[in-house]
Amino acid sequence: MIEVYKLTKRFGTKTVLRGLDFDVRAGEFVALLGPNGAGKTTFLRVLASLSRPTFGEVTVAGHKLPAESAQVRARLGVVSHLPLLYADLSAEENLQFFARLYAVSSLQSRITEVLELVGLDTRRKDLVRNFSRGMTQRLSIGRAILHDPQVILFDEPYTGLDQDASEMLDDVLRTVAKQGRTVVMTSHDLARAEDLATRFDVLSRGVIAASATRDSFGGGNLLSFYKQALAG
Amino acid sequence: MLTPSLLRATLAIVRKDLSAELRSRELLSAMLVFSLLVILIFNFTLDLDPVTRKDVTAGVLWSTFAFAGTLGLNRSMAVEKDRGSLDGLLLAPIDRSAIFFGKAISNLAFMLIVEAIVLPVYAVLYNENLFQPGLLLVILLGSVGYAAVGTLLASMAVHARTRDVLLPILLFPVILPVLLAAVKASNAFLADAPLAEIMPSLNILIGYDVIFIALSYMFFDEIVDE
Repeated sequence: MIEVYKLTKRFGTKTVLRGLDFDVRAGEFVALLGPNGAGKTTFLRVLASLSRPTFGEVTVAGHKLPAESAQVRARLGVVSHLPLLYADLSAEENLQFFARLYAVSSLQSRITEVLELVGLDTRRKDLVRNFSRGMTQRLSIGRAILHDPQVILFDEPYTGLDQDASEMLDDVLRTVAKQGRTVVMTSHDLARAEDLATRFDVLSRGVIAASATRDSFGGGNLLSFYKQALAG
Repeated sequence: MLTPSLLRATLAIVRKDLSAELRSRELLSAMLVFSLLVILIFNFTLDLDPVTRKDVTAGVLWSTFAFAGTLGLNRSMAVEKDRGSLDGLLLAPIDRSAIFFGKAISNLAFMLIVEAIVLPVYAVLYNENLFQPGLLLVILLGSVGYAAVGTLLASMAVHARTRDVLLPILLFPVILPVLLAAVKASNAFLADAPLAEIMPSLNILIGYDVIFIALSYMFFDEIVDE
C-alpha cells in the first residue's frame, strides 16, 4: 500500500531523510517511533504529498508522488496534532465543508455516520471553538476518515490530550484500524504504540534503523527494542 | 474516487469563509472600523475646503480601501495557517487553484462589503455624490485586482514569521499600478470627464486583473507547495 525507495529530503543544506526505505502492506498498523528531530513529521508530510521528495521514489495506494498527488490525496486521510478544522464553524459544518472538497456522495448520511463513530453526534451543531482538545481531535479523525480513505497517517495524535481523552482516542483508533485501513502513526508514547500497532519501525537520523512486527517481536519489551535501535 | 470540479471546490471555500466570518465578524469589523477611522483622520488632518476635498476624494477612498484590504488579506490567510487548516485544504484532492479562487473571491466579498458601507458614510459626511455607475465600476475593477494580487502575495507571506509586516511590503509596490489607475479613473468619473480620457485607466485595470488572475491560476500550486 505504501512503497518508499531511497527517499532523501533536504531543506537547504540540511538533510532530514537519508535514502529511507519503507514498505507497508494493506491493513497494517505501523507505529513510527523515534526521537525528536528524527524526521518522522517530515516523512509523513512527504507521504501526505505536502512536501516533495528531493530524491527517491514514493508510491501510495498505487500512485506515485509527486506526479499523481491528487490521486494519492483522494485515498489518504491525515490527522496531526493541529486540528486542521475551523473554530468558527460547527462540527457538522466542518465536515460538510471537507465532504464537498472530497466530493463525498450521500453527504448528510455519511456525516451522521462519522459523527456517531467519533462520538460527537450529539454535539454536531456546536462550534469547534467550544470543544475540548479531546473532542477536537476526535472530530479531526472524523474529518480524516470522511471520504473513506485506504491509508490514514497520524502525526502525534495524542499531543496535548489528558488521560480520558487519550483513552477515548484509543477506542476511535482501534475502530478505524479494524475497518481494514492501512495506518501509519508517529508517536513518542511507546506503551500506546505497543497496544495499538501491528508493526514498529524506529526512525533515527533519517533512516529506518529497525523494524519488527508484533509477531516477530514476540511480546517482548518495546522499550529495549527501541533503545537498541537507537544505539545501533 | 471522485474529485470535485474547480468551480465546486471554489464555491465550497467561499461558502466556508463567508459562514465563518458571518459568525465571528472579526475580519469585517476590524476592516470597517479601520476604514471609518482613516476617513475621519484624513478629514481632520487635511482640513480641506469643499473644492479641494472633491479633488482628493478618490485618493482618500483608495488609500482607505488599500489599507483596510491589507488588514483583511493578512487575517484571512492567517486563520488558515494558525490552526493548520491550510494543510487541510492542501490535502484535499482538488485543483489547488480552487484555493486561490476561493480565498480571492472571499477577500473580494469582504472588501466590497466594507466599501458598500464606507461609500455612503463618506458621501453623507462630505456631501459628495459617489453613487455614479462609472465610479462603482472602477471600485469593482480595482478591488478585483487588489484581491487577486493580495491573495497571491498573502499566500506567499503566510509562512513567514513576520507576515504582518511582510505583506504590505510585498503588496504595495506590486499593486501600485492598480491604485494609480483606480485613483485616476475615479477622479475622472467624479469630474465628469469624457470617456476617452477615462478609458486608458480602465484598460490598465482590466488588463492588470486579467494578467494577475491568469498568473495566479498558473502558479498558485507552485507557490503553496513547500
